[in-house]
Amino acid sequence: MSVPILKQGEILIASIQSALSDRELVELRDELADRVGRLRSRGVVIDVTALDVLDSFATRTIRGIAYTAKLRGAKTVVVGIQPEVAFAMVQLGLSLDGIATALDLEEGMLLLQRWPK
Amino acid sequence: MVVLSDITISIEREHDIVAARQKGRELAARMGFSGTDQTLLATAISEVARNIVSYAGRGTVVLSSVEEQGRRGLMIIAEDHGPGIADVGLAMRDGYSTGGSLGAGLPGAKRLVDDFELSSTVGTGTTVTLKKWLR
Repeated sequence: MSVPILKQGEILIASIQSALSDRELVELRDELADRVGRLRSRGVVIDVTALDVLDSFATRTIRGIAYTAKLRGAKTVVVGIQPEVAFAMVQLGLSLDGIATALDLEEGMLLLQRWPK
Repeated sequence: MVVLSDITISIEREHDIVAARQKGRELAARMGFSGTDQTLLATAISEVARNIVSYAGRGTVVLSSVEEQGRRGLMIIAEDHGPGIADVGLAMRDGYSTGGSLGAGLPGAKRLVDDFELSSTVGTGTTVTLKKWLR
């Protein structure tokens, strides 16, 4: 598993460190779905600060992670989308509709903690 | 148009997609493209390289520094000898996909660059040419 997943209370934090191949993204999705159940997590933070490209595949997979986690009873926040990455996503016609986002890890954690259980 | 330099990246596995976009970003940075343009180019390369892996299995991405009428630009040529695209008009429509994806690939990549050209023959293959000019 190339993405470290940290547990902080009821929240899982997946901190993507470098450019991921499609397979690694899919592995992350499966690993998070598993851990949400095993660790009874209520929230997932996906930190994409280190990613310099979010193309259609990566966006689709992140969306898949958020929907899978939701079906397993956890909320997902995507944090750290860089400004130029956000711009490229808009040009490309990609969105993360229905998925919570926050500027950085700190804001994302606050958002999850404020959410009603 | 004059090609000043070029790099060929062979695309055979999904890992090559990451390599291609990293090479593209490096070239764009060397040529003096802004950080935003570097990201737009890297994202466009990612989309066209993924199309090769998804639909043709293998192919090449050629990244060139080019000059035309006193302006410099980065040209991306993604070529494969896969099945080709039966309906180019449909493939360029937002949201259309035969590969189970979002269908953002080609029309999306077109919006990331200045010039876009697609030629495809069923049974022969597909060539996508993208150019972005230095401002």
